[in-house]
Amino acid sequence: MRPEWNDFVGGKWCEEINVRDFIQKNYTPYDGDDTFLAGATQNTKDLWAQVLDLSKKEREAGGVLDMDTKVISTITSHGPGYLDKSKETIVGFQTDKPFKRSMQPYGGIRMAEKACEDNGYKVDPEISEFFSVHRKTHNAGCFDAYNSEMRACRSSHVITGLPDAYGRGRIIGDYRRIALYGIDRLIEDKLEQKDSTGRVMTDDVIRLREEISEQIVALKMMKEMAASYGCDISRPATNVQEAIQATYFGYLSAVKEQNGAAMSLGRTSTFLDVYAQRDLANGTFTEEQIQEFVDHFIMKLRLIKFARTPEYNQLFAGDPVWVTESLAGVGIDGRHMVTKMSFRYLNTLTNLGASPEPNLTVLWSTRLPMNFKKYCAKMSIQSSSIQYENDDLMRVTHGDDYGIACCVSSMVIGKQMQFFGARANLAKCLLYSLNGGVDEVTRKQVGPKYRKVEGDVLNYDDVMEKFTDMMEWLADVYVNTLNVIHYMHDKYCYERAQMALHDRDVLRYFATGIAGLSVVTDSLSAIKYATVKPIRDEEGIIVDFETTGDFPKYGNDDDRADDIAKNLVKTFMTMIRRHHTYRDGFPTMSVLTITSNVTYGKATGNTPDGRKKGQPFAPGANPMHGRDTHGAVASLSSVAKLPFNHSQDGISNTFTIIPGALGKEDQIFASDLDIDLGLDK
Amino acid sequence: MSGRIHSIETFGTVDGPGVRFVIFVQGCPMRCAYCHNPDTWPMTGGKLMEVSELIAEYKRNESFYHGGGITVTGGEPLMQVDFLIELFTEAKKEGIHTCIDTSGIAFNKENKAFIEKLDVLMPLTDLVMLDIKHIDPQKHLELTEQKNEGILDFAQYLSDKDVPVWIRHVVVPGLTDDDEYLHKLGYFIGGLKNVKALDVLPYHTMGEAKYKNLGLEYKLAGVPAMDKNKVVEKKQVILQGIRERRNLVL
Repeated sequence: MRPEWNDFVGGKWCEEINVRDFIQKNYTPYDGDDTFLAGATQNTKDLWAQVLDLSKKEREAGGVLDMDTKVISTITSHGPGYLDKSKETIVGFQTDKPFKRSMQPYGGIRMAEKACEDNGYKVDPEISEFFSVHRKTHNAGCFDAYNSEMRACRSSHVITGLPDAYGRGRIIGDYRRIALYGIDRLIEDKLEQKDSTGRVMTDDVIRLREEISEQIVALKMMKEMAASYGCDISRPATNVQEAIQATYFGYLSAVKEQNGAAMSLGRTSTFLDVYAQRDLANGTFTEEQIQEFVDHFIMKLRLIKFARTPEYNQLFAGDPVWVTESLAGVGIDGRHMVTKMSFRYLNTLTNLGASPEPNLTVLWSTRLPMNFKKYCAKMSIQSSSIQYENDDLMRVTHGDDYGIACCVSSMVIGKQMQFFGARANLAKCLLYSLNGGVDEVTRKQVGPKYRKVEGDVLNYDDVMEKFTDMMEWLADVYVNTLNVIHYMHDKYCYERAQMALHDRDVLRYFATGIAGLSVVTDSLSAIKYATVKPIRDEEGIIVDFETTGDFPKYGNDDDRADDIAKNLVKTFMTMIRRHHTYRDGFPTMSVLTITSNVTYGKATGNTPDGRKKGQPFAPGANPMHGRDTHGAVASLSSVAKLPFNHSQDGISNTFTIIPGALGKEDQIFASDLDIDLGLDK
Repeated sequence: MSGRIHSIETFGTVDGPGVRFVIFVQGCPMRCAYCHNPDTWPMTGGKLMEVSELIAEYKRNESFYHGGGITVTGGEPLMQVDFLIELFTEAKKEGIHTCIDTSGIAFNKENKAFIEKLDVLMPLTDLVMLDIKHIDPQKHLELTEQKNEGILDFAQYLSDKDVPVWIRHVVVPGLTDDDEYLHKLGYFIGGLKNVKALDVLPYHTMGEAKYKNLGLEYKLAGVPAMDKNKVVEKKQVILQGIRERRNLVL
């Protein structure tokens, strides 16, 4: 074994790139409570004060403090940047100083220019010319290949949020590999992979060989970038500080080159805990020092920033990076994967205060240790910053080394990736089916000229037949649009840094999504169980509805409505599956518009459920606002009926509850009377 | 058998231990000035629901109710004692934790027939949350338009039967926050041997809107919500009363 691996239990991971094997052979489950945790050091406090000060200045400057307008961002484009070099234990910024946003034009030069202009900057004219004349971007490629139907669907917003002008994101590099193996070993592995490709130069083989070459370039650049910070990542990390630093350099490389819609971190905490345990045992570092490394690491993750446009921020309700880190979960051997490091990550919410980034996501299982559950609850109450996802559900499909990209997209780290595919607006599709493909807002013929609905009352069977045909059309144009997008993204904006930290043969999830599930469900339920009269304008286009009588609504644990929702999910996913997908991507679907439901609603006319034109959809798989009248459990049960196997990219339910409704405050809680009386002492 | 039900809350977290399936029954003879469910007062209306229907609804989402159970509140649950007996009989067959949130107003020690039914119901009941509105008979009458004699008798009955009880008391500024009465309340509670917890609730004004919608006068208009911190102090006053009754010197 290599000297850096002293004290570790060996195994397959020594012979092959296999981080999971390393973790399983070496991690120490922790069942204790949070009393071991250390607070923030003075250096941490000083650095964080500096960050708060810069954040304030950034807000005062209108949202952006500084932007690069000349240097195209690559892994090595910028020299080292620091907050305060003497105090930082984990280093590295995207550019040569904190809060300076990098320029990333490969996704699209117009987007890069606009991001600058909207924030009061101007891209160097030479760069603009270069990317308009000499070097094509992903965005230009997409529009070269789109057909008129795709453009029409895009303009009318029946398909929205497509990653054709910005980075698709949702790819998580296995950044831990750098810490465990060092770059040199990873390059050797990539060279072997390149040698292992087929000898017949088909398109696929050519592309793979070119990509692996790009990956090797990226790995070399990572080493060079780390060296500029005085760090040697050519060899494995020797302690927890180096391991965190190497992991972070991998992630930093990714965000230097990709302004993706979600740039997630993976599942690093239990891996890093192995190093922390060894250092504690050997007396290399104290608990306080280790917490300081973690605090500084998380601080860096909080400072990842991208140049984005106001429209982008509107679509995603803010300027999210989605640095999602997946914590805890249970291993397939039955041991839980909570370690002290899981606590340390959450402890940053105390040491640095609450924050939406990184998106700390607990992979929840009923079998997590009680002390950890209690700590999670405590930190959730304190910070409102923790996301929870169902490990018991996802472990069945993904095993115990998967992570979450963005908010809910699960994938096995280093072995699977995703082609992010935005959403199809099913509510709008329903209206198209009533109006024979005519858009209810623009009045343009966007969909095919199918027969429109006739008569004074909507008939359920008639509407379902027409809606099914229209969904079939939408699925077709949607998947094919995505085929164009991902072809071009691979060609012009390839994620070489992230893919360098994957196996050669990865499973590519071909993600699609739907918006407006509850709107369509309730609309169909209204048509089925109440009386819905269409109201037509002078051109005969249905623009409104008159609904009389009550009807079951999704969100009340009522199978009459919930079955409609279940069938919609299954039906549309089945349609998606019928199509060819780029690079044989594995088709999946999500129901998870957490923020863009507002934008989708804006572009959609009146719907039969009573929702008015322009009103937001409910987020994700949520019931429509105020229509779930039987309490949270009934509401959650409706959502829980949606079939995960037909919505494998995730189902989200945004759940807001006032603290008082979640239980009583500690001080007025009806606790044991003997304790109240002081008899327990 | 069916009960007259006002509504169901599938995610109750403040009406007994754990996450609970809360059944609000229709109908209550009390007219508490601060009642936040005046829509449950009329003895008519609501919706008739079968015991089997309610149990089935609980069972289908049972996984949410680990450590919780069923709470019947209202309205006044004990106005439908036959329904409660059947509901809890079925619930106990399923191993469900059962709880009644009651004012105790239905109790009258002379009413032997009712007490016989209670004798059947209580072994099926894991917890009674008894809401004592006021310890003073006159003040109680003013606050609720009902006497408190039967309620206090009911508390004694529960104590004699050794039914686990949480005593609840709502603290309303100017109406139920007087230290003298709170102390008396504590002294009374101190004489009971079955009290497991004391739940002192701050008055809130969220019920007021309902009165407007129902066209009812809200007697507490203008009374501010109770300061939560003060509630902690008021609880101490009650606890002190309990200690004195029990001769506890701490």
